[in-house]
Amino acid sequence: MASSSLRVSNLCKRYGDFVALAPTSLDVAKGEFLTLLGPSGSGKTTLLSLIAGLAHPDEGRILIDDADVTHSPAYARDIGVVFQNYALFPHMTVEENIAFPLKMRKMADAEARKLTAEALETVRLPHVARRYPRELSGGQQQRIALARCIVYRPAIILMDEPLGALDKKLRDQMQLEIKRIHRELRTTIVYVTHDQEEAMTMSDRICLMNAGAIEQLGTPEDLYFRPRSVFVADFLGESNLLSATVRDVDTEGLDIVLADHEAQLRAVGNGSAFTAGEPIKVMVRPQNLVVEDAAAGRGRLTGRLTDVMISGSLTRLYIAPEAAGMAPLVAAYPTRSSAAPYEIGQLVSLGWNAADAVAIRDAKGA
Amino acid sequence: MAKLRAWQQAPLLNWAAMGAPLVLLLVFFLVYPVGQLLLLSIHNDRGFTLAQYRQLFASSVYLDVLLITLKISLVTTLVCVVAGYPIAYLISMVGKERKATLLFWVLLSFWTSFLVRAFAWIVLLGRNGVVNKLLLSLGIVSAPVDLLYSFGSVLIGMVNALLPLAVLTMLSVMENIDRNLPRAAATLGAGPGMAFWKIYFPLSLPGVAAAGIMVFVTAIGFFIVPALLGGRRETMITQLIIDQVQQTMNWGFAGAISVLLLAVVLIVFTVYDRLLGLSTMTGAATAVRAKLSRRSGLFARIGDAVLTLLGAISDRIIGLLPSRRDRGPDTPGLGLQGFVWIMLTVISAPTLLMIPLSFGTGGLNWPPQGFTLHWYQEVLQSPVWTQAVIRSLLVGLGTGALAMLIGTPAAFLLVRSNIPAKGAWLAFILSPIVAPRMIIAVGLFYVFARIGLVGSAFGLILGHTVVAVPYVVMTMMAVLRNYDTRLDHAAQSLGARPFATLRHITFPILGAGMMSSFLFAFATSFDELTIALFATGGLNATLPKQFWDEVTLQVSPVIAAVSTCLFIFMGILIFVAERLRRRVAAR
Repeated sequence: MASSSLRVSNLCKRYGDFVALAPTSLDVAKGEFLTLLGPSGSGKTTLLSLIAGLAHPDEGRILIDDADVTHSPAYARDIGVVFQNYALFPHMTVEENIAFPLKMRKMADAEARKLTAEALETVRLPHVARRYPRELSGGQQQRIALARCIVYRPAIILMDEPLGALDKKLRDQMQLEIKRIHRELRTTIVYVTHDQEEAMTMSDRICLMNAGAIEQLGTPEDLYFRPRSVFVADFLGESNLLSATVRDVDTEGLDIVLADHEAQLRAVGNGSAFTAGEPIKVMVRPQNLVVEDAAAGRGRLTGRLTDVMISGSLTRLYIAPEAAGMAPLVAAYPTRSSAAPYEIGQLVSLGWNAADAVAIRDAKGA
Repeated sequence: MAKLRAWQQAPLLNWAAMGAPLVLLLVFFLVYPVGQLLLLSIHNDRGFTLAQYRQLFASSVYLDVLLITLKISLVTTLVCVVAGYPIAYLISMVGKERKATLLFWVLLSFWTSFLVRAFAWIVLLGRNGVVNKLLLSLGIVSAPVDLLYSFGSVLIGMVNALLPLAVLTMLSVMENIDRNLPRAAATLGAGPGMAFWKIYFPLSLPGVAAAGIMVFVTAIGFFIVPALLGGRRETMITQLIIDQVQQTMNWGFAGAISVLLLAVVLIVFTVYDRLLGLSTMTGAATAVRAKLSRRSGLFARIGDAVLTLLGAISDRIIGLLPSRRDRGPDTPGLGLQGFVWIMLTVISAPTLLMIPLSFGTGGLNWPPQGFTLHWYQEVLQSPVWTQAVIRSLLVGLGTGALAMLIGTPAAFLLVRSNIPAKGAWLAFILSPIVAPRMIIAVGLFYVFARIGLVGSAFGLILGHTVVAVPYVVMTMMAVLRNYDTRLDHAAQSLGARPFATLRHITFPILGAGMMSSFLFAFATSFDELTIALFATGGLNATLPKQFWDEVTLQVSPVIAAVSTCLFIFMGILIFVAERLRRRVAAR
């Protein structure tokens, strides 16, 4: 099965004064599903275009299976790209679209027909072969774009927000489909999205990008549980960020003190090297925040309940901390039909397990 | 029940009120005059006769002229499409700023009067013109050669006149081609040549076809260029009609030639429709694609094989060229850019070279000598010219106003209502554009002569409105389609009455679009010669008519001065219109 590793080293792209991609290095293993995640303008699509050969880097190298392809044109790289708006050729039938890359590789007609039929089978649309792209629904067009990309077994498949134009239900379904195809073909996939949930569900590893550079690269768990920066903590899922100062660092974790508080608390590290006295942020995910009636008094903080919102499976509590200058907090717990035990305006206490409090270096200071 | 009927009648009344002025205008000043002219060709004092047609086919003279007309038109079309394609392609590929620059030069040429451009070529190709001087100084010829009054000079003039139209028509299709498609082809393994021929080129074909027919039909009806730049052997069919009307007043025979001309145009359209479908003309590219791609079998397979071959050859050639590491894969090649700039220079240079000559003391000989404002003074002191300017401005403003007044409600009707047979109505409204202008002009002259409108500004305004109103309807329809009617609803929900809504919401937003379609109508009238040719004369002449009378008599620096003024006036007008268009687009 065709599948290759990809190495990008010190790749850089500028448009005039604007740095679209700061020198970036990245390794993608053979058969890996890697997602480039980030807000718009973070450089993820630039990186993808450079890998695809649709743009030329100013510096750096791109290697596919250790072969330098930095200056190879797109058509000689043996990569496949699934474009955001599918880029199906409107003047060709579905069949002709899928057979196009095979024809470009001068494959015999009979063989090409067989592979085309197989690819249509893989995306579960064998009956639309004779139709034109405009006669298909968005989801179907998406599958055909996928079929056209897998039919010639490129060494690496690049996907540029392929599900961006689909509605939520269809998106979920296509995510599973792409995962299934990835499992079946074991092709290396580099996937671009700005949807953090999509990145979490699909990827082996996530490369989170911000302002033209890699913010953090790791497994979804790494990024979710051990974010290296406030940006990562904010971008992946919801988070409460509390200002604190490091008291002491040991092998297990850190002793910290929350701003404007006396009590010494524990937090776990995220892999960064902390020093005593350093101002940090402590991240507690909403589902790890334990909310109790203030009368119980066991919490580490107190605050007033400002809002309760039920969003399907989760119920969110919004809390304004009593301490001055602290940002509002959010807690979440699974929605139950039993009556809400909280009233707006009520004083509550907030607690968490030390293992759920993650220390993050605060680049900007306290 | 009564309520229901009232509700049903109201829109009918509205439709009638909004559409009737336009329909009446076209019936009285297009259908009736043209019908009269055609009738005259088979009718004389004694009733039905085919005498005119017998005369038409008696000798080979008129058929020869028809063949020459077709030959000149066909070659012009081929050159315009082939040379215009790279220009349109480059404009569709480059970034915003370079696009605006390129487009400005195309539009400037497009809007510069045919007369001015043809006159410029007379000067340029003359015995003492730039081209001869250049050939002499390069030592290619030893004595000035006759470049004018030949097939070559007519072709140059025709291409210069119609290339901008070809470029703009193709551009409208190319701009809608998804730029990701050639890129997708590249990632799928297609080299640049293959990606172009197999993907981009087939998708741009509707534009090529539309440009082809627009240029061909316009060329068939041309008389300015062959009359000014051609010799006897380059006489075209519309010139015959002019001769019949102006010299012998032979309406019947003019009518017969008109029928011939009309028949040719109709045949061209029918063939085009059979092959590609007329809907492509309005840029509805999907229809042609369906029609072409459904035509499977041998035809399609041959086409595909040819394109594959072209792609393979192109890629082989590109492979021989030095590698292009230093620039991105999307950057257009230097060869393409060079070609486009040369073409744009060739179509813009004649009018630009006119400017220094108009200030020179040495007549129209190249290089210009000295500096004088004498020619401009002569223009300003001549009542014939100043009258012509005033008249043209008046007629232009009148045409603009009348065309807006009649065209805007019709555009509203076509966009907002669900009147039946919309396509047919649209075809009817656009027919003044595709019908040969000369036939409309002769027909109007005949009708005006009988009701005493010849030479009157009002008659001219009516005639010009007939040919300007389709442009107004088209631009207003485009403007209205982009207008979000929910804004009106929002205004009304906020308490604005219909009139207040129009005043505070609709017009301010549509204003720029309305202004630019007014300018379009004004410019059409300001530059119109065919109708003015018969309907005006002497002190009643419009500027183009005065220009024409002058230039057919003698080639003088005074005309260079007028040309310069016209050129600058048009330049300012495009600049304003383009600014307005961008304001609309920015919303």
